[in-house]
Amino acid sequence: MSESPNGRRTLLEVDNVTLRFGGVVALNEVSFNLHEGEILGLIGPNGAGKTTCFNVMTGVYKPTDGQVRFDDQQISGKKPFIINHMGIARTFQNIRLFPEMTAIENVMVGADSRHTTSVMGALFGLPRYKRRPHEISDSNSVLAWLQTSFLISRHKREELDGEHKALELLRFVGIADRANEVARNLPYGYQRRLEIARALATGPKLICLDEPAAGFNPAEKADLLQLIKKIRDRGYTVLLIEHDMRLVMGVTDRIVVLEFGRKIAEGTPDEVSRDPKVIAAYLGVPDESA
Amino acid sequence: MTVTDKLEEADQKRLKIRKKVVDRWRALKPWQRWLFVAAGVFVLYALPDNRFPASFIRTDFSEGGASWSGVLFLCAVYALVAIGLNVVIGLAGLLDLGYVGFFAIGAYSVALFGSLDSPVVKALQAKFNLGSEWAVAWAICIPIAIAFTMLSGVLLGWPTLRLRGDYLAIVTMGFGEIIRIIARNSDFTNATLGINNIPGPEGPASMDNVIFRVIDPTPWYWMALTVVLLLVVAVRRLEHSRVGRAWAAVREDEDAAAIMGVHGFRFKLWAFAIGAALGGMSGVLFASRQGYIDPSNFSLVLSITFVAMVVIGGSGNMMGVALGAVLLTYLPERFRDFIDWRPFMVGVALVVVMVLKPTGLIPSRRRARELRDRAEEAEAVNV
Repeated sequence: MSESPNGRRTLLEVDNVTLRFGGVVALNEVSFNLHEGEILGLIGPNGAGKTTCFNVMTGVYKPTDGQVRFDDQQISGKKPFIINHMGIARTFQNIRLFPEMTAIENVMVGADSRHTTSVMGALFGLPRYKRRPHEISDSNSVLAWLQTSFLISRHKREELDGEHKALELLRFVGIADRANEVARNLPYGYQRRLEIARALATGPKLICLDEPAAGFNPAEKADLLQLIKKIRDRGYTVLLIEHDMRLVMGVTDRIVVLEFGRKIAEGTPDEVSRDPKVIAAYLGVPDESA
Repeated sequence: MTVTDKLEEADQKRLKIRKKVVDRWRALKPWQRWLFVAAGVFVLYALPDNRFPASFIRTDFSEGGASWSGVLFLCAVYALVAIGLNVVIGLAGLLDLGYVGFFAIGAYSVALFGSLDSPVVKALQAKFNLGSEWAVAWAICIPIAIAFTMLSGVLLGWPTLRLRGDYLAIVTMGFGEIIRIIARNSDFTNATLGINNIPGPEGPASMDNVIFRVIDPTPWYWMALTVVLLLVVAVRRLEHSRVGRAWAAVREDEDAAAIMGVHGFRFKLWAFAIGAALGGMSGVLFASRQGYIDPSNFSLVLSITFVAMVVIGGSGNMMGVALGAVLLTYLPERFRDFIDWRPFMVGVALVVVMVLKPTGLIPSRRRARELRDRAEEAEAVNV
C-alpha cells in the first residue's frame, strides 16, 4: 500500500492512462494519485479531458493504455455498476437524474446499490429476523419498538433504511422540502444537489463531482462550497471538476491541471496558480483573469 | 369550434372528474378503502351468477352467444397475459413481440406432461415401466410449466437483452415464431395434430368431474380470477420494491442507472423471466380449460393482440392493461352478430384509441410523461 507524503493512504491511483478514439488522443499518459480524505481539484480548459477522465474512472470507457487502481484493486475495464459497488460515485456535468421519478425515489435508487433484496426477497419477504437496537438510529420511536420486537424481512428493512437514508441525505444537501416532487420539475439548483444526494446514497468512498456549480450564481456557489466541505468532513474523499477558479482555490487541498489530455501541473492551489504553464494554458494573461 | 377543441374540452372535464374521484379516494381511511376493494372483488366473483343485475353485459342471451362464464374465463386468462407482458413492456421498457412463445410453452408443458395422449408421457411410460394410466398430475405440471417458461425467458434474454429498442422487438418476434414452428414440426408435440385430453385440476374432462364440470365453466373462471388476483398482488409488490425502482431507472436512463450501481442486465433478465412465468401460467390455464391445443393456437397475430392489449389499456399500469385485455376479449364476444367485421372493428378501435389517448385508456402517469419527453427530444433533434 502506497503512502502519501503526509501519511495518508492512497485511495485512487491513475497510472499512465491513455485513451484514444481513432486518431484523437483524449487522454495522454495521465497519472495522479488521490489520498483518502482530501479534496482534489481537476481543472483545465474546455476539452482538456476532465470528464473523459471521470468516464475512464467510472467504467464508461476502457483506457487504451495504463490503468486505474482504487483501494488497491484494478478497476479499469470493469463494468460501471461494479465500480460503483467498489465505492466510486459520480455526478454528471449535464444533469442525468431519472426525470420522472420523485426526488426521494432518485436517491433510493442510489441507496439500493448497497441492498441485496432481489425478486424473491421482494415477493416473499424472506429472510426474516429481528433487528438489534443498535441498528436503529432513533431507538425511542414506536416503529423502532415494532422492529426490535417482531420479525422483519430483509426487504422491509432495506426499504425502511433506504427511505430513511434518502430523507437524511436530502436534508443534508438541503432539498428535503421538495422530496416528493418529480425530478424534472425541480429547480436547476435542486437538481444539481439531488445528483449529489443520489451519488452519496450509493455509499461511496470517493465521490466525483463533475462541475457541480455550473450555471450557479455567486451566492449559490458559496453554498455549494460549504456543502463540498461538509461532504469531506463526513469522511468522503472528493474529486472535483470545476471551471470557477475561485471555487477550486477555496475548497481543494490539491489541484491537477489537464490540457489537451495531458497533465501539465499538480500541486497545492498556491503552487498551481503560480505555475507559468498553468497561467499560460488556463488562466490566460494575468490582467484577464482578475 | 373545431373537433379537436371540443375533444380538448371534454378531456379537461374528464380530468376534473378524475381528480375529484382521486381526492375522495385519498381522503378515505384505510379500512374504508379495503371495504371498497373487497366489494370490487366480490362483484368480480359474482359476475357469472344469473342473479347479477346488469344482464345486458352477458354474452349468452342471444342465440349462438358464447357461454358467459367461458368468456369471463378467457378474459381472466388474457388479463393475466397482459399483466405479464406489462412487466416486460410497461415496467422494464422492453418491447417483446414474441410473447405468445411463452404462452405456448406454458400450454405445451401441461399438455406434454399431463395428457395421456402426449408422446412425452408415452415415452416416459415405456421407459420407466409405468402403467398406461400414468401421467404427471396437473398440480405438478404447473411448477414444471413455470420452470420451463422462466428458463426459456432467460435463454431468450441472455443473448438478446444486449440489444435495445426495435432490434429486441424483432428478435423476440422471431422467438415466438420459432416456438410455434418447432411445435408444428416435431414428433414429440404431435406436430400439426396437436394434443388432446389435457387435464384440468380434476384430470381430463369427463362426466365424473365434481367441480370443474364439462358444461358449466364458472369454477374455471373463479380459479383463473383467483390466480389473477394473487399474481396482481405479487407484481405490485415487485413494482414497489428495489426491483421496480431498478426497472424504472433502467427504463429512464440505462447508463446513469449503471453508474448508480444498478445491474441493468440482471434486472432486465428478471423482467423477462417473470413476464415469461406469468405468460406460461396463463398458457396452462388456457390449455387445461380447452383440453386440446395445436400449433395454430399460437400464431403471430395472437402475439400482436397481446401487445395491443397492453398498448390500448395503458402500458405501465396494471389496471389499464387488464382492462385492455378484457375489452379486446369481451367486446368481440358481446357483439357476435358482427362477427365478420371483427378484425376491422379491432383495427378501428386501435386507431381511435391511439389518436385520442396515445398513452392508453388508463395510462401510468409516469410512463405517459416519459413518452412525452421522448417525443419532445425527437422533435428537438429533427429541428
